[in-house]
Amino acid sequence: MRGLQVSLNQTQKIRLQRALEKIDSFSSKSNPNASVTVADTIPVNFEDGVLKGHGTSELDGEVVATLCGVVERVNKLVYVRTLRARYKPEIGDIIVGRVIEVAPKRWRLEINFSQDAVLMLSSMNLPDGIQRRRTAVDELNMRSIFEENDVVCAEVRGFQHDGSLHLQARSQKYGKLERGQLLTVSPYLVKRRKQHFHHIEQYGIDLILGCNGFIWVGEHVEARDDMIVEDQVSTSEQQNATPNRYPASLEEQERTYTPLETRQNICRTANAVRVLSTLGFSINVEVIMEMVNLSSSLNLNIHEMLGAEFCVLVAEGEAERRSLKKKKG
Amino acid sequence: MSVSVSAEPLPSPLLRPRFADMEYVSPEGLRLDGRRPLEMRQIKAEIGAVSKADGSAVFEMGNTKVIAAVYGPREVQNRSQQLSDQALVRCEYSMANFSTGDRMRKPKGDRRSTEISLVIRQTMEACILTHLMPRSQIDIFVQVLQADGGTRSACINAATLALADAGIPMRDLVTSCSAGYLNSTPLLDLNYVEDSAGGPDVTVGFLPKLDKVTLLQMDAKLPIDTFENVMQLAIEGCKAVANYIREVLLENTKQLECRRGV
Repeated sequence: MRGLQVSLNQTQKIRLQRALEKIDSFSSKSNPNASVTVADTIPVNFEDGVLKGHGTSELDGEVVATLCGVVERVNKLVYVRTLRARYKPEIGDIIVGRVIEVAPKRWRLEINFSQDAVLMLSSMNLPDGIQRRRTAVDELNMRSIFEENDVVCAEVRGFQHDGSLHLQARSQKYGKLERGQLLTVSPYLVKRRKQHFHHIEQYGIDLILGCNGFIWVGEHVEARDDMIVEDQVSTSEQQNATPNRYPASLEEQERTYTPLETRQNICRTANAVRVLSTLGFSINVEVIMEMVNLSSSLNLNIHEMLGAEFCVLVAEGEAERRSLKKKKG
Repeated sequence: MSVSVSAEPLPSPLLRPRFADMEYVSPEGLRLDGRRPLEMRQIKAEIGAVSKADGSAVFEMGNTKVIAAVYGPREVQNRSQQLSDQALVRCEYSMANFSTGDRMRKPKGDRRSTEISLVIRQTMEACILTHLMPRSQIDIFVQVLQADGGTRSACINAATLALADAGIPMRDLVTSCSAGYLNSTPLLDLNYVEDSAGGPDVTVGFLPKLDKVTLLQMDAKLPIDTFENVMQLAIEGCKAVANYIREVLLENTKQLECRRGV
């Protein structure tokens, strides 16, 4: 089995197997023959006319899959939704990425796509929503906004004519992410929803489920005003011409200090995501919080969440939840 | 009898069994490892062996064991190699030092592995729909963990599985199998001893759905009518492998979908 590298004892093995079998039985009833592999023929009724979508091609008048995945039909359109593949961007997706290069007027971000995404300096608004003026000074101070290896949250703006993917960060909620953990999961586990930013008040943390499978768990930041601060810093830097990157003052340290409890909550949430990802269960905020609550109600240590027992419990819980859903629906 | 470059590495000339004075098919019609002439070794495939790769697989044919990992499509590392209308496919074949009977000194960079890298790259490139992923690169890494003949075929099969696992669009599942001709009998899926006999060894890469051959290698001479028999045998082997690979992939896809839920 992929990813599951915990050593289970005999009873745990049986319990896990039983839970997974139960889960499998729910899904297989609802949609039995939708899975295809590469070069499988997809049965279609040609009289209605067929639109071939992603993951399909035509061969001798038949529609043939070019990917492994699940066949989806929307009116005349037939396409294959792939499972384990890289992220496929759609306009408006909220994504988390890592800066890998600061280039002229733009940053290049790794977002688990087949190319690097581009975030233009002009696609970032100034803190109070004003458009940036294209000045040379602004361009020279790009590193004061994002540096290499910074984790950034942004929105997919669209593809340019040359086929490159552009991002934008025109609101206060986007921008640099600090004091937290970045987790990478397979993008098919994250579903597109209305809300991808979650503030979990109970634990004082922020959770961002990026559509590209990059998940950010970090300390809650009240109304991100980092950019204002940073802009001020950059202007003062110009005046003094003495760049001082390190927060030296006590006040600054106080501001960036994360209390132990919050750090533990971050780790607990992050481990919940890790467990869900290794088991291959769909990831959303309700399930994550349920896992976190389960682990704290069992008085488990944070590291024990990655152990065999918790993994089995999560699988059993998921089986239970799905059976309840089945009964209701 | 000379042995060509592409045969499996040999331990030493003294240990090498001689083609002329060895009996590869017994009068009862059994081969050295107890198989019938038209019988394949047991095949076993497992998807998802490398956790950080986009796609990965382990493929076993009898005692030959190969691991493959696919990374990509991702940003091209060397900008000058970037292709504006299609993806760049790269392949690296290597043998683990411990894969053969006597430990290999220099596992990388010899002529044999360069040649096999090239062969695998060309075979895989023929079936990947590269035009769908312009300005990106796909890296395929295959490593032989245990060598017992037919590593080339096993590598191609493992690479196919890994590519399908990585969700890379392909025309068809390319599979590969070898066949040989020893003691005037066509033999399917040669093992190390049969391979090092120095007889003809035909490796075929085959697209089962399109019914096309993408790879054909032979390093000896054969009369044309015999050759056709041997090649047909190899193609039958490819089809058998394809059926198995298809089952494995379908099982894997179903499982992923079920686990994910709604």
